[in-house]
Formats: sequence, C-alpha cells, structure tokens
Amino acid sequence: MSLAYYPGCTLKTKAKNLEDPAIGSMEVLGFKLEEIPRWNCCGAVYSLADDDLIHQVAPVRNLIRVKEQGKNELVTLCAFCFNTLKRANLLMKDNAEKRDTLNSFMDEEIDYSGEVKVVHLLEVLRDEIGWETLSRKVKLPLRELKIAPYYGCTLLRPREVAIDSVENPIILHEFLKALGATPVDFPDATRCCGSYQIIGNPSDISEYAWDILSTASSCGAEALVLTCPLCDFNLGQGQKKLMKERSGFKGMPFFYFTQLLALALGLDPEICRFELNYGEPELFLREKSLIP
Amino acid sequence: MNAEEKNKNSAEVVAEEKRAATEARLIPIYIMGKRYEVPEGLTIMKATEYAGYKFIRGCGCRGGTCGACGTFYRKPGDYKLQVALACQKAVEPDMYIAQIPFFPVNRAQYEFVELTSAPEEVFKLYPELFRCVACNACTKACPQGIEVMDAISALKQGNIAEVAQLTFDCTQCGLCTSRCFGELAQYHMFQLARRIYGARIAPGADHLLKMLGAIDEGKYDDLLQGLKGMREQELRKVYQEREMEPAAAGEDWEPRDTTGL
Amino acid sequence: MPVIISSKRLRSEFVNKVKEISGQNLQLCYQCGLCSGGCPMASNMDLTPLRVIELARLGLKEDIADSKTVWICASCLNCDVNCPRGVEISRVMEAIRLLTLRKNVDRVSPEEISPEERCELPQIALVSGFRKFTG
Repeated sequence: MSLAYYPGCTLKTKAKNLEDPAIGSMEVLGFKLEEIPRWNCCGAVYSLADDDLIHQVAPVRNLIRVKEQGKNELVTLCAFCFNTLKRANLLMKDNAEKRDTLNSFMDEEIDYSGEVKVVHLLEVLRDEIGWETLSRKVKLPLRELKIAPYYGCTLLRPREVAIDSVENPIILHEFLKALGATPVDFPDATRCCGSYQIIGNPSDISEYAWDILSTASSCGAEALVLTCPLCDFNLGQGQKKLMKERSGFKGMPFFYFTQLLALALGLDPEICRFELNYGEPELFLREKSLIP
Repeated sequence: MNAEEKNKNSAEVVAEEKRAATEARLIPIYIMGKRYEVPEGLTIMKATEYAGYKFIRGCGCRGGTCGACGTFYRKPGDYKLQVALACQKAVEPDMYIAQIPFFPVNRAQYEFVELTSAPEEVFKLYPELFRCVACNACTKACPQGIEVMDAISALKQGNIAEVAQLTFDCTQCGLCTSRCFGELAQYHMFQLARRIYGARIAPGADHLLKMLGAIDEGKYDDLLQGLKGMREQELRKVYQEREMEPAAAGEDWEPRDTTGL
Repeated sequence: MPVIISSKRLRSEFVNKVKEISGQNLQLCYQCGLCSGGCPMASNMDLTPLRVIELARLGLKEDIADSKTVWICASCLNCDVNCPRGVEISRVMEAIRLLTLRKNVDRVSPEEISPEERCELPQIALVSGFRKFTG
C-alpha cells in the first residue's frame, strides 16, 4: 500500500538516519512511503501571527501537491514539519476567509480546503497497523532495553494537533513495548529542548539538555528515543558540552524511533546509519548483543 | 548564388525592412510612465531606442543570453506583473514598461578551488538561503520560465545536481532577487551550485582530456602552421571545398582525409 | 517607581497592534500564573510570561522593549495548553517579536552564525531561527 510521504529538507541530508530506516521498515510492514513530487520546504515553524498569510503558503502548497496526486493522507517523519503542516491544514479547513485569500493568492495552484489528513508515522503504526500486529512482526526483540521516550513539543502541542494525550502521552511508550523494550517514564518527556534558540541563545541549550537528560538518567534510562532532528541536535550537542563541563555527567546513546523499528524488524543495521547518531549507539547495541 | 548576387539581395532585404518599419503600425507604449508611439513588431529594446533612449547599461548580447535587459511590464486592466528580456519580447499596445538593468545583491567572496562538492559549501557562503518562505514570487518573476522556487527548495535539500538541472537556462538577470521576500540572491546561489556540479560532480569528459592531450603533444601543430601560412585566396578555397559530415551519416562515417582525426 | 496608566495607554497603538497580530483578548487573563509555572525557559527570563501579558495589556511597551523575555521564548506552547482561559500566550510573544522584526530589524543576523555552524546545523534550525529572529 502506498502512502504519500513528506520528508522535509533536513531528512535529505542531516537526518538520513531518521529516513532510511523508516523507508525500509515500512516496506517490511507492507507500505511504500512515496515522496510527493515537487515538495518544498514547509517553513519549519507555524506562523503564530494572525495577520500574516505569506508564511502559510509554503505548507499549504505541499498539501495541494498531495491533493493533486489524488491522495488524502500525508505521512511525515520529522515532528517539526508534522506540526507546521497539520496546523496549516487546520487553518485551511476551519477559516473560510483566510482559505479564500490563500486560494486566490496561489492562483497557479488548484484550490484547497483541507481535504488531506496530516499524520505522523507513529499514528500510522498505532492506528493503521496496530501494536499487536507490530509486535508479531518483531524478529529481534529489544532485550528490555531501558529507553526513555522523549516526545518534545511538536507532536503534542497545541491540543488540536496532538497525536496523543497532551499531559500523559503513551504512544512512544506503547511503541517501545511493542518492540520488546522497556519504556522509562520520566517527568521531562514533553519538556522543550530549546528548539530554534540554538540560533538565538545557543548557550542556553546545554542547560535545557541537562534538565531533560539528567532526569531521564536518574529515572533509570540507558538510552533516549526521539522523533525530531532538531531535538536530536540540541540534546546531542548539549550532551557533548555537559560531558565536558560537568564531571560525573554520563551521556547516553540517542535513537530515532525509526532506527529501533528497523532493528527490531530484523533489517540490516547498516540501513539505520548509526554513525550519524549522538552518544555512540553502536557501542551500546553491541554490548547488549543487538548488533554483531 | 555567387557573392555579387548575395550582396545585392542583402541590400534589398535591408531596404525592405526599412520600408516595413516606417510603414508599420505605430502603437503606444509607456516607458517609466511616459507615453511613446513606436512601430509594432519591434522588441522592447529596439522600441526603447526608437523612442530616443540610448543604452549604456541594461543592454548586452541582444540575443537573450546575457540577462542584462531584465524588464517588468504590465498590461492595462491586468494587475499581474509580467516579465521579459527586453531584447526578446515584442512590444504590445499600452505596455507599461520598466527595465531593471541592475539589482544590488549579496555576492559571497570565495576561492572556488578550495570548495568541495558538499552542498554545505553553499550553506556556508549564503546562509540567507534559509530565509526563503517559498512564496513563489521568484518563479513568477523569471523571464526564462525557470522554476526558481523549486530550485531553491532543491538547494535547501542539498541536491546540487537538481539545482544545476533546473537552472540551466538562467541568464542572471536578477529579476527573481528583486522580488524576493527573504532577500535572497537566488542567481548567485544557483551559479555557485552549477560551478560545483560542473567541476566536482558531473562525470568528466574523457574524450576532451584525450583531445587536449593530443593538442599539447603537438599533433596538430603542422596542420595549423600550414593554414597560417596560406594566402587569403588559398584559405578561402580550402574552406569552401572542405568536406562536411552529411546530415544522415551513420556511426562509421569517415572523411576521405583522415589526417586531422 | 510610579507608573502612569491612563486610558490613553490602554488604547495606544502598541496595545492595538499586539491585539491585532496575536488575535488574543488579553482581558481574559486573570494572572493565575500557570503559564509562568509551566514555562521551561522561565528561569532565563527577566520578565515572566505572566508579567508580559500584564504589561502588554496596560500598554507599558517600554518595559517590554527592555526585556529579553520574548527573545528567550522557544514557542514550545506549554503556556497555551495550560492556560485555563484559552489565551494563546505564544501568539502574544510572537506579536511582540514581530513589532521589532517587521521594522526590518534583525535580532540575530545570519553573519553571526559561524561557517562551521552553518554546515552543522540542521536545516530546520536555520529556517526556524531566521523566521523568529530576522526581519
């Protein structure tokens, strides 16, 4: 079964370790992630200004591309892009005046009024495949690895885009359980990593990383699982700095959820591109006898 | 047809053109807001010169490749902004014209030999690339019909080869930059991408290297000296009697004289 | 330090612009403090989000201009989901940022990012950073 897929700019260069295992895993599960043609950068952040429509043009155009393909669902891997696309979609659905203005401005494209549904891959795994089916397909259970599921902001906020409960999400917990790992609950699982402040106030980022990673570690986590390349970068760089500056701070390996998926489904670990990860995951996996 | 006949015919053609121009219907156009009557059928550039303007900038090859004469215009009753190269586009009645001979841009300084094939080289030199909001104003402003926004999108994704493909027809006219919401210098970024593609990514032309080697070794020195030593009459004869590959020649066609191969 | 709050300030262009750009009714805020309590960046801010809302609706733009709070905000939306009155504080933060950026003023200019960082940063960081910090 073919799914319309939006990668986003980062997945094509820096986050190949999020994309490659996803494509391979979905094939094993019977789905083909097909990139929509002529997609453009979605703008990364959703414009929070009420009077600004120019910043909606980029995400809406991608949704139009999906409609042109005759598809009615768009799957994303990058949580950042998921948020922007889904919010822009809701705008087109719910706000008639802005919808009309945007459609009339984008006169070189067909009209759009929110016909496409934007989903994150985790939703596809939970709702279209199901945890039970997924766990039956697991060839290499993850030996009860204690992994802290880090949700970040963009999958759960604002309420209208949340893929799970805003206060007590369990989707990543269930995902880890289905793969045979042990999710480690920790209070800062939905705390912001600092996002674009890596540009504005980069010195604050390691502080935010400390808040998140020290809690995860003290709750017993051996590793962290993520869904967003910016969280990965901020926490990864933050962790590097903390290991240098704070004695006694022990870093941990980071994984994208798609890498764990590919590993558990028995795919060749090469597809996971672990060399691009923070925290030396290959060393960790070898210790746990999950890779040769 | 011999030379004399050829010359007579071209004089007749020029006279014919002159007659046609003076007899052509005059149509009104507006250059920077001022009304002029110009013969129909002239290009915007010729019409502007007919109106009395003299180009010392904003004019170059007059052949649609140098991009010096980027022009914006509007038609009455149509709010849409149109674009063209002044040397290529014919005037239409009531065209409202303004030429943009130059647009200030941020051109990064770099030593090309030091650059690798990585897309990050472009990110390093032009970080404003990421100010693009995908508004598509650039695509609408391209007189060559290039999908400028798609090329910027490909560049953001790090796909240098795709950028080189999409922007092959770019004449560096700068109209995209003049309309850019994010203040990007698209055509400079594209040129850098094409240079990286050509020098570092595109497959090399082995036959070219072989040929250059043969030239350096002096394989063609004698032939060249021979030609240089000829008198004009002799040279003309050699040129006019040269053997040319027939249009429908097969793969294994060879000229009678193979010394030049 | 005495602060004059007159009806003129309450109806000033600053207040109107913040309302227009954010689309929020600042009068709904009853200063409960849930936004500040849940803000992960609050410890680095000089004014809490709660305070910014109060200053904004009173038209005290000078106090806000001196503060770096809106530039520390990461738009994580924790404040929005916690607000019992449905005020989208994140939009108020954005509105105040835009009042500066739309004057063609950069808070961070691209030149400040080192060439190494330009190579290493994921594209979403650069795009979102420029959106929030450049005009």
